[in-house]
Amino acid sequence: MTGPMIRAEEVSVQINHSVILDEVGFTLREAQFLTIIGPNGAGKSTLLKVIDGLIYPTGGKVEIAGRSLEEYDRRALARTVSFVPQGDPGGFGFTVRSFVEMGRYSYLKPWAPLSPDDRLAVKLAMKTTEVTHLADRFLGSLSGGERQRTLIAAALAQGGRVLLLDEPTSFLDYRHQVQVLELLEQLHSEKGYTIVVVTHDLNSTVPLSDLVLALKAGRVAFAGPPKELMDIAVLEEIFGGSFRLVDDGTHQLVVPSSSHAERIRK
Amino acid sequence: MKTRFALLLVMSVGVVLLAPFVGMVDLTWEALTDIWGNEPEGMILWRLRVPRVLVAFVAGMGLALGGAAFQALFRNPLATPYTLGVASGAALGVAVATRFSVALAMLGGALLSVSALAGALAAVGVVWVVARIRPDFSTTVLLLAGVAMTFFFSSLILFLQYTATLGDSFRLVRWLMGGLGAARWESLGAMTLFVVVGGVVVARKARDLDLFMVGSEIAASRGVDVSRTQRDLFLGTSLMVGGVVATCGPIGFVGMMAPHIARLLVGSGHRVLLPVSAVFGGAFLVICDTLARSVIAPVELPVGVITAFLGGPFFLWLLVRRTEGR
Repeated sequence: MTGPMIRAEEVSVQINHSVILDEVGFTLREAQFLTIIGPNGAGKSTLLKVIDGLIYPTGGKVEIAGRSLEEYDRRALARTVSFVPQGDPGGFGFTVRSFVEMGRYSYLKPWAPLSPDDRLAVKLAMKTTEVTHLADRFLGSLSGGERQRTLIAAALAQGGRVLLLDEPTSFLDYRHQVQVLELLEQLHSEKGYTIVVVTHDLNSTVPLSDLVLALKAGRVAFAGPPKELMDIAVLEEIFGGSFRLVDDGTHQLVVPSSSHAERIRK
Repeated sequence: MKTRFALLLVMSVGVVLLAPFVGMVDLTWEALTDIWGNEPEGMILWRLRVPRVLVAFVAGMGLALGGAAFQALFRNPLATPYTLGVASGAALGVAVATRFSVALAMLGGALLSVSALAGALAAVGVVWVVARIRPDFSTTVLLLAGVAMTFFFSSLILFLQYTATLGDSFRLVRWLMGGLGAARWESLGAMTLFVVVGGVVVARKARDLDLFMVGSEIAASRGVDVSRTQRDLFLGTSLMVGGVVATCGPIGFVGMMAPHIARLLVGSGHRVLLPVSAVFGGAFLVICDTLARSVIAPVELPVGVITAFLGGPFFLWLLVRRTEGR
């Protein structure tokens, strides 16, 4: 593919007369990793849903693989873009395997069984995300990390090359955060997925990204490589409050610099 | 899972085959051969009991399928055509037709079915419009909108009943309790058509229903055209419930209980859950109706009394164990 994988142009969203997104734009090439950051209520999740056609923009347009979103029907879009929503899915009575198989919906007829291709895609998705051993467990019985990996497995089973993830590490403990981040890094660098992650955690996927987009009150406050974001003045402008940067030898980590944080450090 | 389904199927067939032989009048095997009902026993079996059992089975199927569809669509175990106002909408349609005495005089059963369908569609239409106007509304709010419609329709039915003559009023009350006393071969044909067409519409959405259980956002992202699927499911369910209510009156709890028990037996996947719910719902209503006409024979209880008697405690049990989130 020659053109960009995702192009958002002056995307605006208004809901009940309040502006959620105001002329937001970015371009992402195939196999690139974008992290969208910003404070709560900045419009990050809305932008992600616009890209997956779940919310219609009131202005601007989005192109996926060179085609405008309006040219896709839902099934065709599902074969290109996969969305991993924030928080727990419902359907706790489904097993991991049956949930991942639902990822093949766009290829299936109502009552036809899964084809060998479908089964292979499900098997590979579960292997990649290391949930094969959980296949017969119910979704309701999984830990947060296992559930997140299962959600990603179902997204991979869809067969698209674009993954959109909304706060994939927010509700996880440190160990599970690391597992999910390693998985995303692998999907990006080894498997060549185009990935867009929304997060408010500056230390999670920002270091893995090719591009960072910062939103503030629905507008683009920063767009560029992660290195350029690691500037105290830029961060304070986006998030408010004050920050310190700590070098851990490989990356710069952002630490909030409040009186509370100071007490913790002492 | 297959064994359970096979067992359920065998039991249901057994129930349907045996039920016509239970009742106030004991029948001999000779009645079986008297298909045209020349003798009294043959007439009781072939003109009254067999069509009645079949009507109960098809009605139970329709209500159970409607319940299974709505429970998945609204991700709520308490969502049924009954709680969402579809049954009371259909009941209002029939009540209007009966009250103004147009139904039996003009087109008989066909007009009753059409009135019931119109009422069901009106109820669904309101919920649908609320959902379209405010897409940010949660399914819980939509469910509450349905409950509000139920109360609204109930008040209109009460009004019609209050202003009716004593005879019409009694007929309406009796009909609102739900019953299969009027079931004949003719009513079976019309209702089956409604249930089959609506059932096919719902059955074609089995995979969509699985995804709705997980969440409508995930469903859309997997490729489900959410609003179109919702519309089809609303229409399919209205057809089934409208057809059933026109023939049997509003019968509660079957639509709620059958899918839940089926889910306990075979899990959540709708490609198995829908047929199992349908078969279980059918057999359950046949049993309830057989009890209704034999418990205090020769007096016949409205079947709604039996289903509600069993359904009430089940409803409470469901509320208590709801924490599991299935």
